[in-house]
Amino acid sequence: MADTVLLVASGIALAALVLAGLRMVLGPTAVDRTVALDGMTIMALSLIAAYAYFTGRGIYIDVAMVYGLASFAGVVAIARYLEGGLK
Amino acid sequence: MNETIGAFLALGGSVFLMLASIGMLRMPDYYNRMQTGTKATTLGSILFLVGVGVMRPEWLGKMLLLVGFVVLTNPVSSHALARAAHNARERLDKVGKTVLAVDALADAEAAEAAAAAAGTAPAAGNGEASHA
Repeated sequence: MADTVLLVASGIALAALVLAGLRMVLGPTAVDRTVALDGMTIMALSLIAAYAYFTGRGIYIDVAMVYGLASFAGVVAIARYLEGGLK
Repeated sequence: MNETIGAFLALGGSVFLMLASIGMLRMPDYYNRMQTGTKATTLGSILFLVGVGVMRPEWLGKMLLLVGFVVLTNPVSSHALARAAHNARERLDKVGKTVLAVDALADAEAAEAAAAAAGTAPAAGNGEASHA
């Protein structure tokens, strides 16, 4: 029961990831693409947590943590670049 | 019982993630997409991670750490992106046009620039006057 519900939740999150990827491909401006990338990394973080549950290996949560850190640094770096350098 | 509650929490979180994606696809311009794409994903990932943490109570501490990390970093990256989009709006509006009814940041920056211009000109004048 619980495993099935979590599997359905993971499926919905995966569909959301694909839709955000569509915005990343379509997005007319670079800001749209970066926002979509930010949302995709958050969704992927949730999916990594679900994967950690299904495999039963807690090490994947640490992977999710490092992934979130790297994505945050990446998004802030892209934002600074779009702004036109440091002022 | 614990597992069922956690699974349904995760299901609610995934619904919020889906709503965020639909909003990102359907909203008309990049400020709106930023709004829906970061607020809804924050709540969705909180619910999803806490749900998985409730399913496995021994991971709850790490999951709460991850939730705190998401809560701290997601608004910061959203704010940085919004600021960048506002600063680069002349360049970005060539591709995706955005008309803001109220642009308080631009008004504040214009007022600040005007005050600085008005403040330096008399100061320079005073300096000239004291020299003379």
